Amino acid sequence: MPPLAEITQLIVFGVLALAVVVGALGVVMLPNIVYAAFLLGGVFLSVAGLYLMLNASFIAAAQILIYVGAVNVLILFAIMLVNKKEAMGASPGVGLRRVLSTGVCIGLFALLLRVAFSTPWATPGPAAIGEDAVIRLGEHFFSDYLLPFELASVLLLMAMIGAIVLARRDVLATDIGTGESVDQGLIEKARTPLLMEKP
Amino acid sequence: MSTAFTLDLETGFRGLLESGGVSPGISRLIWLPLPMLLVLVAAVVGVLVTVWLERKISAAVQQRIGPEYAGALGILQPLADGLKLLVKEDIVPARADGLLFTLGPVLVVVPVILSWLIVPFGQNLLISNVGVGIFLWVALSSIQPIGLLMSGYSSNNKYSLLGGLRAAAQSISYEIPLALAVLAVVMMTNSLSTVDIVDQQTGAGILSWNIWRQPVGFLIFWICALAECERLPFDLPEAEEELVAGYQTEYAGMKFALFYLGSYINLVLSALLVAVLYLGGWGFPLPVETLAGWLGQPIDAPLVQVITGSVGIVMTVLKAYVLVFTAILLRWTVPRVRIDQLLDFGWKFLLPIALVNLLVTAALKLAFPAVFGG
Repeated sequence: MPPLAEITQLIVFGVLALAVVVGALGVVMLPNIVYAAFLLGGVFLSVAGLYLMLNASFIAAAQILIYVGAVNVLILFAIMLVNKKEAMGASPGVGLRRVLSTGVCIGLFALLLRVAFSTPWATPGPAAIGEDAVIRLGEHFFSDYLLPFELASVLLLMAMIGAIVLARRDVLATDIGTGESVDQGLIEKARTPLLMEKP
Repeated sequence: MSTAFTLDLETGFRGLLESGGVSPGISRLIWLPLPMLLVLVAAVVGVLVTVWLERKISAAVQQRIGPEYAGALGILQPLADGLKLLVKEDIVPARADGLLFTLGPVLVVVPVILSWLIVPFGQNLLISNVGVGIFLWVALSSIQPIGLLMSGYSSNNKYSLLGGLRAAAQSISYEIPLALAVLAVVMMTNSLSTVDIVDQQTGAGILSWNIWRQPVGFLIFWICALAECERLPFDLPEAEEELVAGYQTEYAGMKFALFYLGSYINLVLSALLVAVLYLGGWGFPLPVETLAGWLGQPIDAPLVQVITGSVGIVMTVLKAYVLVFTAILLRWTVPRVRIDQLLDFGWKFLLPIALVNLLVTAALKLAFPAVFGG
């Protein structure tokens, strides 16, 4: 490999790694939830860039398609549909919560560091297979990784049904104040007059 | 084509430099930006032509004359438009979120321009024959809604926010049937690379084009591409009567020009990709080998290679512009759909049809491997 390519790789890796770390910190620490969501998209993109540097172009494209194009867009969508301007009110015991979560995070970080340094990583790893990776991935998905792959889709289906049940409260919930059932129909059926006689 | 001489500009150019005493690394460095610049220029010129066509054709549809004084037949009108936008004041509304407001249009345009990476104008006439090819385009086009949401949100305007939300909803709804239609073509090709997709269609001239084997896929792809470009009848996000101009409402000057440029580059790109996926790409309606036979030349003769290369570029652009013409004609003749019709059509009609198309293609591939790419 000519030195030019190596230098470029080093610079690109540095930029991407910095973007991932700074972006991830921003996602956690920024009080503005919209900024956090946009930064999350940036982090996903940078991770896709890292995959690209590992010669895994299909995984990189899939990362962009699924995490940036679907997950992040849906997160943003949800935030903007709710669109609450006011900041979240101070919940009781914020100080204690922050201390606890910082402790947990530092513990996790230490654990990961320990694993990273104690594992005998085989460097350099197996040679990158480049464009053949798509074929290899397909073979694995339909042979030894079939069950995990299908189970993941069942999980997604469950999540989707849950989301629908939560969103369509008319299926189960009643208004806490009046005790009547919440009439989602009024919101959805824009053509029916608002003042309807209840049966 | 396994030929001794194929039109490969990179080897030629670098060979020329290296024979002049330039090291291979430097010659590569000098070569790398050239195709990118060329494609960028081609994209912008393509947009200028499309804008002019749009003005002239809309005028013809409405029995007007259209631009006339700027150059012959008003051909310089798009340039004048561009210059006007360039010198206009760049306003960021006082209560808007300046950073996101600026970043939004950039995020909309950059993925579209990046996608030109994979558009082939000939066997070796593309920036990079990446293996993930067409999938890269599907992935990149999914970044766009984030830019739209960003500009809609940061404008601090109800119309903008609604426009951004509509754009994102429309984009994610139509991406799925689009990807399924592409998948059917990929399944017939056994490759994601755009060059392989075209090569697979070059056997028997016009008869081997994918449109005969994937008529439903072609229609799905074209409808979804129009929806992704937010062209009428799917221009809900910027429906003037309802939303002023949607997410573009607060934009002026160069930032607005980025949206404008982005949408037209996207239209030309979509037309090019339809040509690549379904209309044989750079292929001439008659097989090139037959033509070379008429000329009495071997297919790998340098002259024939240069001619077929030029014919390839002309054919790709011609096919793309026929589609652009259709899109423009559609825009000025078809009424806009409602948002609920749009989403119903995407989820309840196109998606099942695309799934069935995929399954039928798979079945046909198993049944007739000779015709449907075994």
